[in-house]
Amino acid sequence: MESLTLTDVEQKYYSDLFIYCDTDNTKKVASNGRVLDLFRAAQLPSEVVLQITELCGATRLGHFGRSQFYIALKLIAIAQSGLPLRVESLNSVKDLPLPRFVVGKNEAEARHAALYQDSDAQGLYPASAAAAMPRPPGRGFQSKKGPPSSTSLPAHEVIQPLAPSIDPQPEPTSPVVSPHQSPPTSPPSWRKHQRQPSGGATDRQVVVAPAGAVWTHFREPQAGPAPGEGMWPSHSPPPPGQESWVSFTADTPPSIPGMHPSSVQESTTIRTVASASMTNEIQRQSSGYDDPWKITDEQRQYYINQFKTIQPDLSGFIPGSAAKEFFTKSKLPILELSHIWELSDFDKDGALTLDEFCAAFHLVVARKNGYDLPEKLPESLMPKLIDLDDSAGGSEQTADVGYSGSPVEVTPSKSPSMPSLNQAWPEMNQSNEQWETFSERSSSSQTLTQFDSNIAPADPDTAIVHPVPIRMTPSKIHMQEMELKRTGSDHNHPTSPLLTKPPELSEETNIPASMKFVAANPVGDGYSSSDSFTSDQEPTTRQRSQSGTSPEALKVVAPPPPPPRPHPSHSRSSSLDMNRTFAATAVAGQPQSSTIAYPPAVPPRPLPTQTSAPHTGHRGEAEAAAATTTTSPHLIPQQPNFADFSQFQAFAASEQPSSLPEAEKSSEGAGPLRTVKSDGQADERASSTVNSVKASGSGPLAPPPKPVRRRLKSEDELRPEDEQHGPQKSNVIAAVLATQPSIPRSVGKDKKAIQASIRRNKETNTVLARLNSELQQQLKDLLEERISLEVQLEQLRPFSHL
Amino acid sequence: MAVCIAVIAKENYPLYIRSLPTQNELKFHYTVHTSLDVVEEKISAVGKSVGDQRELYLGLLYPTEDYKVYGYVTNSKVKFVIVVDSSNTSLRDNEIRSMFRKLHNSFTDVMCNPFHNPGDTIQSKTFDGIVSGMMVPPG
Repeated sequence: MESLTLTDVEQKYYSDLFIYCDTDNTKKVASNGRVLDLFRAAQLPSEVVLQITELCGATRLGHFGRSQFYIALKLIAIAQSGLPLRVESLNSVKDLPLPRFVVGKNEAEARHAALYQDSDAQGLYPASAAAAMPRPPGRGFQSKKGPPSSTSLPAHEVIQPLAPSIDPQPEPTSPVVSPHQSPPTSPPSWRKHQRQPSGGATDRQVVVAPAGAVWTHFREPQAGPAPGEGMWPSHSPPPPGQESWVSFTADTPPSIPGMHPSSVQESTTIRTVASASMTNEIQRQSSGYDDPWKITDEQRQYYINQFKTIQPDLSGFIPGSAAKEFFTKSKLPILELSHIWELSDFDKDGALTLDEFCAAFHLVVARKNGYDLPEKLPESLMPKLIDLDDSAGGSEQTADVGYSGSPVEVTPSKSPSMPSLNQAWPEMNQSNEQWETFSERSSSSQTLTQFDSNIAPADPDTAIVHPVPIRMTPSKIHMQEMELKRTGSDHNHPTSPLLTKPPELSEETNIPASMKFVAANPVGDGYSSSDSFTSDQEPTTRQRSQSGTSPEALKVVAPPPPPPRPHPSHSRSSSLDMNRTFAATAVAGQPQSSTIAYPPAVPPRPLPTQTSAPHTGHRGEAEAAAATTTTSPHLIPQQPNFADFSQFQAFAASEQPSSLPEAEKSSEGAGPLRTVKSDGQADERASSTVNSVKASGSGPLAPPPKPVRRRLKSEDELRPEDEQHGPQKSNVIAAVLATQPSIPRSVGKDKKAIQASIRRNKETNTVLARLNSELQQQLKDLLEERISLEVQLEQLRPFSHL
Repeated sequence: MAVCIAVIAKENYPLYIRSLPTQNELKFHYTVHTSLDVVEEKISAVGKSVGDQRELYLGLLYPTEDYKVYGYVTNSKVKFVIVVDSSNTSLRDNEIRSMFRKLHNSFTDVMCNPFHNPGDTIQSKTFDGIVSGMMVPPG
């Protein structure tokens, strides 16, 4: 093996360790089991351990002889300092800190280690007092102070020794083992030594171990009273110089003693203060701790102070370069710092906010204390999502508030930073913030859904062109009908739901008027509005045809009120035909709001009662168009029919049904639809018709509707009202439907109408769904074709390769 | 499923290259190296604009007997190369694009790290994680 020169301290330490591992008491070979445990306790990645094993020659020999063991220990120390593993470095590296073993190996072991380190630390203390960096004297090599073990702990030792904890009370390591700390249990080991660290307090908070360790350093300067620090009982308060608490101030490696006295002192001061408070805090916390990554108040205060030194504005950012310099001072390997950065820069903006900085600092402290870096940012360190709404208050204050690393705390501090963020890096911040919040809340999805829901209600009308968007009660319907009749093409139904709608409708009608549907006559306004479901008017029409017009059939939307939104999306699927159908109907100009329910295109969905099925009138699409046109004229006269449910009633339904069937046929659809719509039921019917229309393609459903219509008709007939429906209806129907008996829509048949419209809607839905799936299939096929073509193209392209 | 993912710097030295362990890594190294020629050719061809997203994605560089090589170049001439096994379900173009997008995003994150010097090999665990995620599952 390579010759190895050890310092006294090292020699002692190593021999102790060897003895520890020498379970067989051979004095020559350390048992592999123990050795491996020991190496594992060193918390190095397994590859490193393997490498060490190879380098030291144990693999060659098959066992760990004393020299191999020593070499291995030295290599571990080297590895732990972040230096590359080289055989040459065995002897060349000076001031190498003693290897740290965190797993609570043996108490004795820990004790030894602690002893060594402590002594070193202690020795350092005095020295540190004098020189800024006592430590530097290389671990104990230079034991300038002549400490017992003079374990020279280089500046790094600050970290390491978390252990040297000058622990006044050798608390039985148990605390150390705070379960949480899965990572290095170094604290425990440190604890062991009952060194009396100037600070003392040991154990206890293992949890805060990392922090504690650091803090203990602080304490140390204070000389400790800090009994409770507990964290690292063994931590001997780092010599003042060491303060650099995480050796941040220790810019230079140990070899530079007395480095920055001033800085050290400053830091010391800060630390001491912090540590004092921290100690108590730690103690408290350790008892109830469960989160190894929690940041205590003192710690946070310290971090904040450090943050201030770099960036006076607590709500501002620390740019990456400044942070890099700062954290480089901690002497952690760049790779680890890089990892810490990745963990803590939550919004990936290349800068650290106060919270991110605290998290990073905390991680550095932890790492220095021997804790392994987590793969993901621990919950307690996660910066609160930036609160876009937060108006930033005094982050400091919030930060001060019991931080404990709870995310909540972060928020407050984050919020201040947010604003600054926005100011400072508007795009970055906003995007980041939004990104953060966005991602957290997946707002997009939410918004999407909301959007959909919003649309849904609106759409129904347009698509369906329900003449009566509103819920129609029999009486209302009648009233409306009357109104309609009275007003003729005037949709405005002064009364009832229709009325409410009417105003809208009328407006809509005005607007749309044949906007979308060419054929639509002014009459069709009502319809056109609905027709225009395809157009922007849709919303308006929707309103009108609320009656059950389910917005765009495909859209689930549950139409607000009324019921049957039969064909919600006429506009969509049947846009072509439907529109035409609707146009036709529109032309018919169902002024009546009720009629509006029917989008023109929709072939006159059989009245709710009947239409549901028959009207699927897909045929209506094509036919609807035609029908609409044909019906339009009819529709005009029909409008009254629509409006007047009573008419339908009176109407022997013959017309209605006929109209209904026509609607299906497209022309019929318009008519009956309209008529239907006019009635309260009309909505339903219309919807159903619309649905049927939408089905577009469902083929003539005329026959089916007939029966339905007849039913309606009968219902209508039942209805007492008999107003002008009859005559008008007949006209309309005859003209439009011509075949199917109009379904009497008696107002009183709301329920049935509703059901019918529901049925229609469902039909339409089905049809549309089918259509959708077919189109999807087509799309897939086309995509595949495209892909294959692309591939061919690629292959054909001459490629330079290989 | 990507079997090999490589990030190559502007000067055509690899910043990061990773293959499925089971495969012969050297073969993939060669493949990626040769693909650089194709990348160069495409870059010079697509000279029109600085390059929008579309142009960043170079597409299938060349198919070989049992794998396909896709390329992507960033605005700073950092190239990403993905080698995909042909036996796997032929990945859609969009999937490859999304893979590149993810790679680009994580690469940006790595670059943002102040401790990372441009030109160093990428040693970010996050980046490794993302690459692993891409290598195992298809696409």
